[in-house]
Amino acid sequence: MEPLVKVSSPACPLPLENVDTDQLIPARFMKESRAKGYGGFLLHDHRFDAEGKPRDFILNHEQAAGSEILVARRNFGGGSSREAAVYAMVDFGFRCVVAPSFGDIFASNAVNNGLLPAVVSEADAERLLDALAGEPRPVTVDLKSQAITFQGGEVSFDVNPTWKEKLLNGWDDIDLTLARTPDIERFREDYLDQYPWLA
Amino acid sequence: MAGKTLFDKIWQAHEICRNDEGQSLLWVDRHLAHEGSFHAFNKLAERDLAVRHPEQTIGIADHYVPTIGRDLIAVQSKVRNVIEQLVENTRRHGVKLIGLDDPRQGIVHVVGPEQGITQPGLLMVCGDSHTSTHGALGALAFGIGASEVAHVLATQTLWQTKPKRMRIRIDGALAPGVTAKDIALAWISILGADGARGYAIEYAGEVIDALSVEARLTLCNLSIEGGGRCGMIAPDDKTIDYVKGRPFSPEGEALEKAEMYWRTLYSDADAEFDREVILDGRDVAPTVTWGVSPEEALPIDGAVPDPEVAGSEAKARQIRDSLDYMGLKPGQKLTDIQVDRVFIGSCTNARIEDLRSAAEVLRGKRCKVGGIVSPGSTQVKAQAEQEGLDKVFTDAGLEWRESGCSMCVGMNGDLIPSGERCASTTNRNFKGRQGPGARTHLMSPAMVAAAAISGHLTDIRDLQG
Repeated sequence: MEPLVKVSSPACPLPLENVDTDQLIPARFMKESRAKGYGGFLLHDHRFDAEGKPRDFILNHEQAAGSEILVARRNFGGGSSREAAVYAMVDFGFRCVVAPSFGDIFASNAVNNGLLPAVVSEADAERLLDALAGEPRPVTVDLKSQAITFQGGEVSFDVNPTWKEKLLNGWDDIDLTLARTPDIERFREDYLDQYPWLA
Repeated sequence: MAGKTLFDKIWQAHEICRNDEGQSLLWVDRHLAHEGSFHAFNKLAERDLAVRHPEQTIGIADHYVPTIGRDLIAVQSKVRNVIEQLVENTRRHGVKLIGLDDPRQGIVHVVGPEQGITQPGLLMVCGDSHTSTHGALGALAFGIGASEVAHVLATQTLWQTKPKRMRIRIDGALAPGVTAKDIALAWISILGADGARGYAIEYAGEVIDALSVEARLTLCNLSIEGGGRCGMIAPDDKTIDYVKGRPFSPEGEALEKAEMYWRTLYSDADAEFDREVILDGRDVAPTVTWGVSPEEALPIDGAVPDPEVAGSEAKARQIRDSLDYMGLKPGQKLTDIQVDRVFIGSCTNARIEDLRSAAEVLRGKRCKVGGIVSPGSTQVKAQAEQEGLDKVFTDAGLEWRESGCSMCVGMNGDLIPSGERCASTTNRNFKGRQGPGARTHLMSPAMVAAAAISGHLTDIRDLQG
């Protein structure tokens, strides 16, 4: 996985609460293979009407195409565990999403795909949204210093320390865990001795 | 030293090691894989990895399966392809499959407890957020994403940050007509859809003790809708009686040893929780959602909220947006909301007790609106037919279908047309959840049945006199 240290790009404001993973990618697109990219499905029903015509929505703005940062309100990515919601964000081009809170499963899915879930206070999310004033404007997210800078301000963000290490180094869990196989197998033997009905 | 919580005891038993940043590597006892696992199996294939302990994963088809019949011939090719990938992936890796044609087939979270796959003290995961259901039997169970599914397949372990502990205590007793679904919608409406984010929830108190095992499954199922990492209930006699004698349960001497252990699984009297929420069962009314998040729920005798009197501009904005999507007016009485159809099904409320409670309301009556009944499992379907419940539903004018996730998530094509309104026993009223533009009101099975008869949201207590 590609390491993530700093992201500088126009940031898209999405001033909504409870943007659940069903909105991020509606279930009807989840039978598609990843190979063709999920970016077109991101927030599909916000972006397009029933006839497939684009609506006036932030992700349809011209500058949104080059945006790597999304700023939203509380409880972003709650709901279904579908990792496809993160695939859609990553395939669209996002590398960081800033919000006051995230669905737990969404946040770990994000990190596993190199997408940073940056947690800010409600007040800082509002400051950032005010600064963006409804359009994509330049923002820098620095993972090392956990700081978000924008025209006229700076706010700090929280991130789980293990996730920070994983993102900074582009580490992949499976490789790291496989390296511990002897420890795991030793644990398993003791475990099955203790709980023999599970053997 | 303070005692341990139920959660701490199970977590500790599964902790292999901890890294420098404090994340724990956990041993996974049981992994349930539905058709959505194809992303994870693709990831294994890309890296040429094997399934480390195939005997600890069980494949079950539920999300994409047709409910009209069990034949895949008439199924849209892309949907069929997803189902066939589960068959192929489990076959290739030597994983047991409960497929479409298996009499044990059903929704993973119904099949797990029903088959005895779910047991107290286990650590269980599944690529589905409602894995929290299994905690009702005293397991530590939570949903994971596709990358994590691949990790479990490759290593039989998972890295997790230990959540904080929250106890939701419900004392007193429930009034007639009030169910586990109402308890869940009530606490989520109080704490918010992210109110339990970062917490493992334990439910306790007199009301929980009195709930049946099936009702506890409904309550734990909805933990994720309040943001909880998992929901749990300490196993008691009811739990142990329920688990015994099921196909995957231990027997004989193994059962004796297991039972001794299961009886140690409770929060010690001096265990400390990071947060405690106390509710009185007598305050819980039959509850329905009016908006687009499970937190937007109210007692059925209430009215749709008015954004003008909301506490803050943010709250007002959210209410306006929800009313707009749902096509409702501020101040409208909930019981005046007309419905176009109903759905009884899903991992939340499609067990036999749920079907019985809906059938009791419908018996001898005719529905004003149509809808689908999809049992939680093929076994629940057989049981319901044995009891004649299928006849009650069809006589009332509802469709009796095969088991699957069906109109809860609509992946199999069971959808509600745009703009239509559905009274539903499911777990999510999100925008577009039951189809683009579909409007969903969540409630208990008996309340859905009542809405079907009257054609509008209805207080079950009025029918019960």
